[in-house]
Amino acid sequence: MDTMSAPSPSPTEQVDPGVDEAAASDTPWQAIVWNDPVNLMSYVTYVLQKVFAYPEPKATALMLDVHHKGRAAVSSGDKDKIEADVAKLHAAGLWATMQRS
Amino acid sequence: MNSWKRTGRGTRVRYVSGFSGEEAGVLRGLFTEVRQMLGNRAAQQPEDELAALTGIRTGPTSRPTDRVLARLLPDFTSEDSDLASGLRSLHEPELIEAKDAAAKLVLDTLPEAGGRVELDVDQVDSWLAALNDVRLALGTALDVDEQMPEQLPEDDPRGPHLGVYQWLTFVQDSLVRVRVRSL
Repeated sequence: MDTMSAPSPSPTEQVDPGVDEAAASDTPWQAIVWNDPVNLMSYVTYVLQKVFAYPEPKATALMLDVHHKGRAAVSSGDKDKIEADVAKLHAAGLWATMQRS
Repeated sequence: MNSWKRTGRGTRVRYVSGFSGEEAGVLRGLFTEVRQMLGNRAAQQPEDELAALTGIRTGPTSRPTDRVLARLLPDFTSEDSDLASGLRSLHEPELIEAKDAAAKLVLDTLPEAGGRVELDVDQVDSWLAALNDVRLALGTALDVDEQMPEQLPEDDPRGPHLGVYQWLTFVQDSLVRVRVRSL
């Protein structure tokens, strides 16, 4: 029952999540999930499977990115879609934000 | 409380566990507390005549000053404060409603005196979200971080609360593990 905690960065640190260079103009926004010392790895993987219908290996890979790198872009698309994605992630209790690609 | 078990097949799958009276009391207290915090926040939502006319509710534009509430109701973006305010105002009432409904479902399915809890798959998802909110609230209040030891020094006043937090972690993790088998 590991939590999402990783050696760095601490959850309060602001880290530039970076820009996905490959993002095309039709996916101008990204939903970012941030590392968090409370959320369980098993739960984060489950939420990514449930909210985005991602297969388990993809959800696990994204969760591990969050865990090791401090954050991961979990979806991309137009502003309305990403806004809805972030709302769903908040309802599940994940620490998520949206940003322009 | 033992690990959650899955019984039945297809649409009849059920997730089962049992809680002692003491455990049920602790859980019910925590969920009631979270509902109360969310309710207080919801009461701060502006009464506005436009909302009354259109039925479109709007919430506060600024982040809660209380850090526990701020963790339960995070900003939508860290890049643009105007956008963050606008999105909060638009989404917060619905988010509070969803969290409150999940906590209420736990209270409705958990016998006050303890006993057997039997959930269908949708009820499990409400339990998972609500357990996560309670852990976020308690974890934030306890300053849980990466370096948190399994056990605090005996004179640390957070000790008993950390024990509750760790137990909640077990309850949630055990439920996730049986739930993913139905995905």
